[in-house]
Amino acid sequence: MNKKSVEELKTIAKDLRRKIVTMVYEAGSGHPGGSLSAADFVTACYFYEMNVDPKNPTWEDRDRFVLSKGHAAPAQYAALGTLGFFPEETLHTLRQEGSILQGHPNMTCPGIDIPTGSLGQGIACAVGMAIALKADKKSARVFAVLGDGECQEGEVWESAQTAAKYKLDNLIAFVDNNGLQLDGSVEEIMPVGSLADKFKVFGWEVFEIDGNNMEEILKTFDSIKNSTTQKPKCIVGHTVKGKGVSFMENVVGWHGVAPKKDQFEQALKDLA
Amino acid sequence: MEKIATRMGFAAEMVELGKENDKIFVVDADISSSCKSDGFAKAFPKRQINVGIAEQNAAGIAAGLATCGKIPFVVSYAIFASLRMCEMVRQEIAYPNLNVKVVGSHGGLSPAADGASHQSIEDMGVMRTIPNMTVVMPADYWSARKLTRAITNFEGPVFIRFTRDSIPVIYDENVEFEIGKAHMIQDGADIAIIANGDTVCRAIEAAKMLEAENISVRLLDMHTIKPLDVDAVKAAIDKIGKIITVEDHNIINGLGTAVCEVVAEYGKGKVKRIGIQDKFGESAVYERLMEKNGITPEAIVKAAKEF
Repeated sequence: MNKKSVEELKTIAKDLRRKIVTMVYEAGSGHPGGSLSAADFVTACYFYEMNVDPKNPTWEDRDRFVLSKGHAAPAQYAALGTLGFFPEETLHTLRQEGSILQGHPNMTCPGIDIPTGSLGQGIACAVGMAIALKADKKSARVFAVLGDGECQEGEVWESAQTAAKYKLDNLIAFVDNNGLQLDGSVEEIMPVGSLADKFKVFGWEVFEIDGNNMEEILKTFDSIKNSTTQKPKCIVGHTVKGKGVSFMENVVGWHGVAPKKDQFEQALKDLA
Repeated sequence: MEKIATRMGFAAEMVELGKENDKIFVVDADISSSCKSDGFAKAFPKRQINVGIAEQNAAGIAAGLATCGKIPFVVSYAIFASLRMCEMVRQEIAYPNLNVKVVGSHGGLSPAADGASHQSIEDMGVMRTIPNMTVVMPADYWSARKLTRAITNFEGPVFIRFTRDSIPVIYDENVEFEIGKAHMIQDGADIAIIANGDTVCRAIEAAKMLEAENISVRLLDMHTIKPLDVDAVKAAIDKIGKIITVEDHNIINGLGTAVCEVVAEYGKGKVKRIGIQDKFGESAVYERLMEKNGITPEAIVKAAKEF
């Protein structure tokens, strides 16, 4: 497959954002804010960097993707549906009875490598996958997406130290650092300090970027490929919660609420 | 009678299994020399992941390993393997039905000197309520070996519980077990005793005492409390009608409760439950703790006569 250009990826990211908003609107519930902030990185992973096969979702040499911040499921579902892991129409069934698109990812959905939704746990599973792939001498990598609020969970740091101990240079964690959590700003609810510094002292190679900037994300992927350290990689991506939808951007209230009809229509205009 | 902790049976069998199957991994949380997974670690150092004192992380890592085709055994004390890891076991192991074996050493009152913080009296009940989870406790060294092998060949999540302290060896190397099937130690007509783990040896003693008084005992080793061998319980109800359950676990939500569920829904049969009396343990000699909770051959005999 030819690598897509930055412009093409930006177009795809916008398409995924429209799908996210549509899915959450149709479901009547879900988490638009954190799905929109992570959409650029999810796009870059699935449409540029990762080695996956929509026709063979359990291919053992595939790269793994762990959405540790599982509430951003609509972003991952939008990518999987667009790529053809399942029929794209399925995106209209989010959170409905019998749907493979559960409120939070589960393994009945093709392309989901581990269930998530309970914060802090996905990254531990990603570490386990990275250990197994290394043990089998596979070149496949593990991509994990964490929230900055999620980094309040102690388990994240247990996993971080394990990844460094086992020299998991095949693990790439992206922190979707949008600064907001359910109850308020991360700074107000429980400050996490500099996540870049924290991952550094935990033994990771850290890249700090604008996580909504496609060029920067792709450059970081190149830097990671060129890295010769055996350290696990952490990309702290500074992002905007609700990115792309004017009235959702940086508003705490859009963490886990579905837009109403007029809001939905406005959101689609913003993302046109 | 020879006494040996069931964790030693786990240790011996893991080394054998490790030779036969390179998919087996052990995820330890610092206490491998205590839980006896250290023998495996020494034999197969590349297949031991020691995450340090970080149990929840250990459970998640085991799940990740399982998604890549490994058969991970995540090992800790039963209290931490069930309660400290509880939500991780539920979300990442049981929910996706992954082939992870959750190993709890130091089950029941068997880490007697350690006191209540390390005695695990709720673990089997907690694990029993999680969908997809199978819950097993071997009764001696040989059953620990055989059941360790059986759960390895069994696809899906399993919680298995061993003792820290030494208990009598009641079987020999020729014994065989099937997950989910009660093991009948002896048949009898007057009373059924259903026991598991370190109480089976006590039930055997009780059965001898009862037989001496011409009370005939059917004795079942219910090593798997989930899925419970419902047919074996119903057969005991139909043929005998009177059941005594014995377990080194809180009287709430363990083997006795599981048997009572069958009896209640079947609409016949009577049960007396012997187990930990819904109270925390303390540091003491193991035998004293069992006495204090009425988990003795004498108490079983008394219960049998009171039917």
